Amino acid sequence: MDFLTAHGADILFYLFAALTIVGGLGVVTLRNPMYGAISLLLCFLAVAALFLLRHAEFLGMVQIFVYGGGIMVLFLFVIMLVNLHRLPEIKLFGGQSPLAGVIAVLLLAFFGYFLIQFQFGPPLAQPEAFVAVEGASLGNSQAVAWNLYTQNLLPFEIASVFLLIAMIGAVVLGRKQ
Amino acid sequence: MFEVTTTHYLVVSFLLFTIGIFGIAARKNMITVLMSIELVLNSVNLNLIAFSYQLSDLTGQIFAIFTITVAAGEAAVGLGILIALFRLRETTMLDGAVELKG
Repeated sequence: MDFLTAHGADILFYLFAALTIVGGLGVVTLRNPMYGAISLLLCFLAVAALFLLRHAEFLGMVQIFVYGGGIMVLFLFVIMLVNLHRLPEIKLFGGQSPLAGVIAVLLLAFFGYFLIQFQFGPPLAQPEAFVAVEGASLGNSQAVAWNLYTQNLLPFEIASVFLLIAMIGAVVLGRKQ
Repeated sequence: MFEVTTTHYLVVSFLLFTIGIFGIAARKNMITVLMSIELVLNSVNLNLIAFSYQLSDLTGQIFAIFTITVAAGEAAVGLGILIALFRLRETTMLDGAVELKG
């Protein structure tokens, strides 16, 4: 029990990290896109838990709402809209998959080299940086909102215009001719 | 010994990134390719959050919000293109989209 209380967050990290990787592998390897989408949902929720473990509470909730809610419904809706009844006859991977495997191995080698070369010290461990608004300790949502509306107002507005453009583009692409 | 550090988060992020890149390059179904792109964007978010915690700086979380915004727009437009392709070719396989091949 002492072990659990001392290392609870670490154990949760390993659990959700494993779920993230399993979900990602499921997306790439499962034949039926519907199963792939459910696997992707597992991956999204596990990543949200990893956010929570790193003091990003607001972002974890946004991850569940936007990815687990919005984007996932969009994917499931489109999968049900297009009729995929001829799936079993189709090859899973294209002829370019050896090249893709080479790219993946090269990426992993580069990342491994990076991890060996660069060692990070212990974290700065100032959790008040994630909850403080002008010195007062309010909460992560308040801190993110304060930062967003004071220091990053222009990117925020550009993001809203971007969303408008994406919405118009999706409507134009999706309408009947 | 079990202490989770930024390096652990980087390992998860790198693995997810590699899986996503492999999915983009290898799969033939456009729906799966779009889902793999979401995997890559998620791994980038994980990286940003890990370094935000490492440096005790809120900016990483702000940047991750913009990444999620871009991911939402990309998913909407990508699936719109998928619907348009399906109307045109009756398939979601990328091999069906060869109209531009000279």
